[in-house]
Amino acid sequence: MLSKLLAHPAFESPTKRLAMKYFAVALVLFGAQLLFGLLAAIQFLWPDFLFNLLDFSINRMVHINAMVVWMLYAMIGSVYYLLPDETGHEAAGLKLGELVFWILTLAVAVVVLVYLFVQVGPGKDSTIWLITEGREYIEAPRWADIGIVAVVLVFYYNVLGAYLKAERKTGIMTVLVADLLALAGLYLAGMFYTDNISMDQYYWWWVIHLWVEATWEVFVGAIAAWALIKIVGAKRRIVEMWLWIEVLMLFGSGILGLGHHYFWIGTPEYWWEIGALFSSLEPVPLVAMFVHVLYDWGKEQGRTQALENRSAIRNAPAMAWVSINAFGNFLGAGIWGFFHTLPQVNIYTHGTQFTAAHGHLAFFGAYAAILIAMMYLAIQGAAGIRIMRMTALSKWSIALLVFGIMGMTVALTIMGYEQTLVERAELGGGWQAYFTAQNLPWYVQAQGWRLAMGVVTFIGFVLLFVDLLTIGNRQHEERQHEMEPAPAAA
Amino acid sequence: MSQHDPSVWSSTSFWRRSAAWVTGFSAILLIFLTFDTMSQIQMGSDEDLKTGKVRRVPAPTVINHAIEYKMSRKRGHEVPVIGEEQPFFGKIWSPEDARALLHKGKVTVQAKNCMDCHTLLGNGAYYAPDLTKAWLDPAWQKGGLMQTLTRTHSTEEAMAKFLMDPPKYATHTRRMPNLGITRDEAVAIVAFLKHMSAIDTNGFPRNFSKPHQGEVTYAK
Repeated sequence: MLSKLLAHPAFESPTKRLAMKYFAVALVLFGAQLLFGLLAAIQFLWPDFLFNLLDFSINRMVHINAMVVWMLYAMIGSVYYLLPDETGHEAAGLKLGELVFWILTLAVAVVVLVYLFVQVGPGKDSTIWLITEGREYIEAPRWADIGIVAVVLVFYYNVLGAYLKAERKTGIMTVLVADLLALAGLYLAGMFYTDNISMDQYYWWWVIHLWVEATWEVFVGAIAAWALIKIVGAKRRIVEMWLWIEVLMLFGSGILGLGHHYFWIGTPEYWWEIGALFSSLEPVPLVAMFVHVLYDWGKEQGRTQALENRSAIRNAPAMAWVSINAFGNFLGAGIWGFFHTLPQVNIYTHGTQFTAAHGHLAFFGAYAAILIAMMYLAIQGAAGIRIMRMTALSKWSIALLVFGIMGMTVALTIMGYEQTLVERAELGGGWQAYFTAQNLPWYVQAQGWRLAMGVVTFIGFVLLFVDLLTIGNRQHEERQHEMEPAPAAA
Repeated sequence: MSQHDPSVWSSTSFWRRSAAWVTGFSAILLIFLTFDTMSQIQMGSDEDLKTGKVRRVPAPTVINHAIEYKMSRKRGHEVPVIGEEQPFFGKIWSPEDARALLHKGKVTVQAKNCMDCHTLLGNGAYYAPDLTKAWLDPAWQKGGLMQTLTRTHSTEEAMAKFLMDPPKYATHTRRMPNLGITRDEAVAIVAFLKHMSAIDTNGFPRNFSKPHQGEVTYAK
C-alpha cells in the first residue's frame, strides 16, 4: 500500500516526501469532489433527495470547492516533487513547509465541516468572515482566505529559496517561479467586499479566469514539459523553447481573453470585441501543446527504437495521462470554450448548462489529467521503479474516467443546447421559460445520462485510487523478484 | 546557448523575450482598460437619477423608481429604462437608507449562497432561474403567478413573502429551501434584486420574458 511507500520511499529527499503528503490529500479531496457532484446530479432528477438537509447549493459548493482545493494540493505537490530535481536543492524552509501542510489540511477540514453543518448564515458581515463568502468557487470564508495566503507565502518562500540557490536556473523553474507569483497574487483580487455586483464580478473573474485560463494553463505547460523530460527523455532545450512559446501564446490570448466574461455584467460594450478576439485565440496554444506532446513523444520513440530497440516511455500510465491532458485540454478548454465564446452566441448560452459542459471537460482535460500523471510519476519515484508499466487497473480507470467525463459533457451540452433554444431564444429567459425548459424530455433525459455517466466516472476514480495505492509496491516487488535470485527457503 | 542557434525561430532567448513582452503588454492593457471600466461601472448618485443621467450601475435609490427593460434602437438590444418615482415597500428611501438596505441585501445574497443554485448576471449555478432581471419577471407582476400564490398586491411584497418561506409557495417539484430569511433580510434582498435589474447588462438576457412573436417595443 501507499503508506508503506510513504514510510520508506526510494528517494531521500524530504521535499519529495512532503510532496507525497500533498498528493495523498489531493486524492481524498478528488473523491469528495465526485461524491458531492453525484449528490447534486441526483437532485436534478429527484429534487426531494436530501431536501432541507443537504441542499443542492451545499452539494454544489462542496463539489466545486473540493475540486479547486484538490487541484491546488496536487499542484503544490507537483512543484515540491520536481523542485529538488530542477534546482538541486531542497525546499528552503522544510519544517515550516511541513507545519503549514497540517495547518492547511486542518483549515480545509474546518471549512468543509462549516459548509456541511452550518451551511448558511444571517445577512451580516460576520457571515462573510466566518461561514461563507457566497461567491462561486471562492466561497471559503475570509478567515480561510487569509490562512490560504499565509500558507501560500510559505510555499512560495520554499520554492523561491531553492530556485535562487540553484547553480543553473532552468527554464521550467523560471516559468514556475514567475507563474506561481502571479497565481498567488491574483487570489488577493477575490478578497474584498463591495455592494456593487458588477464590480464584485469584475474582480471575481480576475481570480477565476486569470487562474484557469492563464496562470494554471502556464503551470500545466511547465509541468508537462518536466513530465516529458522524465517520461520519454525529451530534450530539455526543445521542451523549454516550446514552453516559452506556450507562455507567449497562453498569456497573449488568456489575459485579455478575460473580456469574454465581461459581456453582460454591467461592463462597457468594448469588451465584446476584446473578449471575442482574444478568447477566440485561446485554443491556439492548446493546439500547440497537443502537437508538442505528440512531436516529442514521436521523436524520442523513433530514436530509442532505432538505437536501443525499446519503447521510449518510462512510465506508461503517466504518459497516457499526459496525452489525455494534451488532447483533453484542447478539446475541453479549446473547442468547448470556443463554442460559446462569441458574444452573438453567448447572449443566449450564458448561464446555461453549456457552461457546465465546458467546465467539466476543461477541468478534467486541462488539470485533472496532468495532475494524475504527476501522481503516477511521484509513485514511480517513491517505489524506485525504473520503468512503470500499465496495470489492468490503470487501463480500466483511464477508460472509465474518459468515457464518463465525455458522457457527462455530451449530456450537459445537449441540456445547454435545449436551454439555449427553448428557454432563451424562444421564451425569453424568465422564470416560466426556465422551468419550461427544465421539464422538457431532452433536458430530463440528458440529466439522466449525466447521472449515469457520473457514476461511470466515479467507478473510474475508485479504480484509479486503488491503482495509485498499489501500483508502486506491486511493481517494486516484481522488480525485486526479477533482480534477485529466489531465496532458498521462505 | 543562443549564439549556436541556426535561426532566431529556434532560439530560446528570443521566445523568452517575446513571452515577457507579450505578457507585459497584455497586462498593461488590461490594467488600462480596468481603469476605464471602473469609472464606467462606479455606482451612480441620487443626483444622477434626479437629473436623468444614465449610469451603467445606478444609485441604490433606484429602488424608489419604476424600472423597465426596453429595446434601444441605437444600441440594438434592450436597456433598463428608469422611470418615475415609485414607493418601495410603501415608502421613498433616503440615499443613506437605500445604501444601507442594498448593503444588507448584497451581504444576505452572499450569506445564503444564492449563487450556488441561481445565476446573478448569468454567473453561478444552473439549478434555479437567473436573477439578473428577476424584478421585471412577469411572474412577480400584477396578475402574475407569484402575486396570486402569495396573495400580495405588489412585486416587492410577493418576493419578500416568498423568500421567507419558499417551500410554501413552490411552483415546481424543484423547490427553493427555507434558508431562515427574516423579514428585514427579505426586504433587503428584494432591494438588491431591484437594483440589479436596473444595471445595464448590454441586453442580457435578450428578449427577457418576451416569448418570440416577431414584435418589439422600442424605448424613446
